[in-house]
Amino acid sequence: MTAISTSEHDIPRRQIPQRKAVKPHRILSWIAEHTVLAVLGVLFIGPVVFVLLTSFMSSTQTLTASLWPQPWDFGNYWKAFTQVPLALWFGNSALYAVLATAFMLVSSVPAAYVLAKIKLRFANVIFLAIIVAMLLPPQITVVPIYVMWAKLGLTGSLWPLILPNLLGDAFSIFLLRQFFLTIPPEYSDAARIDGNGEFGVLMRVVVPMARPGIAAAAIFLFFASWNDYFGPFLYTSENPNAWPVSYGLATFHGMHGTDWGTTMAVTMLVTIPVVVIFFFAQRVFVEGITLTGVKG
Amino acid sequence: MTVPLTAGGRVAKATRPSRARIKTRLAVWSMITPALLGLLVFFVYPLVMNVYYSFTRYDLLSDPQWVGFRNYVYLFTQDPRVVTATVNTLWFVVILVPIRLVAALAVAWLLVRAKRASGFWRTLFYLPALVPPVASVVAFVFLFNPGTGPVNLVLKFFGIKGPLWFNDPNLSKPSLVLLGVWVLGDIMIIFLASLLDVPQEQYEAAALDGANGPQRTWYVTLPHIVPVLIFGIITGVIGALQYFTEAAVASAVASGSAGVVTTNPGSILGYPGDSLLTYTQWLYVRGFSNFQLGYASALAVLLFIVASVVVGLLLRRFDAFSSEGKS
Repeated sequence: MTAISTSEHDIPRRQIPQRKAVKPHRILSWIAEHTVLAVLGVLFIGPVVFVLLTSFMSSTQTLTASLWPQPWDFGNYWKAFTQVPLALWFGNSALYAVLATAFMLVSSVPAAYVLAKIKLRFANVIFLAIIVAMLLPPQITVVPIYVMWAKLGLTGSLWPLILPNLLGDAFSIFLLRQFFLTIPPEYSDAARIDGNGEFGVLMRVVVPMARPGIAAAAIFLFFASWNDYFGPFLYTSENPNAWPVSYGLATFHGMHGTDWGTTMAVTMLVTIPVVVIFFFAQRVFVEGITLTGVKG
Repeated sequence: MTVPLTAGGRVAKATRPSRARIKTRLAVWSMITPALLGLLVFFVYPLVMNVYYSFTRYDLLSDPQWVGFRNYVYLFTQDPRVVTATVNTLWFVVILVPIRLVAALAVAWLLVRAKRASGFWRTLFYLPALVPPVASVVAFVFLFNPGTGPVNLVLKFFGIKGPLWFNDPNLSKPSLVLLGVWVLGDIMIIFLASLLDVPQEQYEAAALDGANGPQRTWYVTLPHIVPVLIFGIITGVIGALQYFTEAAVASAVASGSAGVVTTNPGSILGYPGDSLLTYTQWLYVRGFSNFQLGYASALAVLLFIVASVVVGLLLRRFDAFSSEGKS
């Protein structure tokens, strides 16, 4: 298996075979391609620029036709916290994302290890079930699962979204297994000969070697929890104190007569943590994405 | 269908004493049991219960009451909005998915050709996919809002009268397609990796055989990327079948900015008109606003049948998921 990285440093860029002399039509197509790239680039970055600019506009200015803040008003970022319980919502999001990720790692890393490294009867049946569970829309099981949590009295909180991770997350198990398969079996066999039990092999050999893969799985689940809308909508919509910020943001505009400037400030605040984490973990992140799609 | 499984280690070697073997077995089962329980409790059991509930009337307060096929009869003959919801969802499957894939492939193709600052371009086109979906929808409803939205202000600058976008029943879905194209980064990265992975020698061999540019694309590049294209199509369709967040948030934010005040969430869902009412939103309304859980289960069974067919198609290409596919 080859994990394909698209980061700059890992693989040399493939080049379309060059002809000996640079022909005029090559220059023209170079210009055409880069013009298209530049125009598309502006279109792709434009929304971010406008959102950022508007987040610095006063409430009166957002009602006008001007696109540039005059004067720059940084109050929206502070104002948002006084209009809605934004700090609480951020806290709820952090709790949801951190606990879900931690629980997933505890349950899914060992399961993925067994599926990747141990010859086990029914392993292929289990793996197939995990893939089907991962691919089918969550809405097809939502009614009975909701009924279970309602009977436990946990609706109205985020626990129905956090606790299941203690019993494994299908996509994470799938991704971790794919990473673990890339570790040559000789390493774990050597550790076994040295007298390690399976837990020892997992903790001393596989986990250290698969650190990028584990990081990728953790980041994916962290983002999925931070971004989740359907889950909080289902379980917490009646209880604003339990809302994560992704759900709060969707209800924000129009509530309390909030203007676009404040709404855009909150939009930025929700996005920034994700982008920061991405830049710190870009390499493992991109590797993780390509591994889900370019396998084989 | 068989799942190829490469297992490096063995549970126990025949020569080992049996105490060690028991210890190993215990360790292995303690590692896999939580996940097995998870599959049973959060997948198999709800799947079965969902079928049972679909034959009942159930409001969570009293016990489920058996009603036979009544939910299904109602679904297929009387439900006033299920047809609209289904058509809207199919619209996203048929229109949104192909447009996104073609755009993602086009951007990936351009990025392969960009020799200079390729890392910069890749990051730029990927970044929108990182934005939390709720944030990106709120941003787009703002950008396209008819009154003060930057898009219509720019159009006005060029003398064009901008349309109502998210507040126009005819344009709300196309507006979400624009959003879908903006966040094409996730699948684009996969296409890009596949395009960069085409063996260089095959291009050289084709060039030696006298193949021109388009021929090289058709005979070398295309066969190589077909597996990821199929992966993209099928995962795209599965995603579109459960299209929920973008449509629900667009309706909520756009109706808020249009001053639509309502206490019933069922009437915001789908705004404007019923143009953004998708199948999964309708399931949510029936199940969790109206607490007709039996009927919502019937809607879920139908979704299950359709999604299973699509998932089955993906699993037939199981290579894409196993380690022993062609490399």
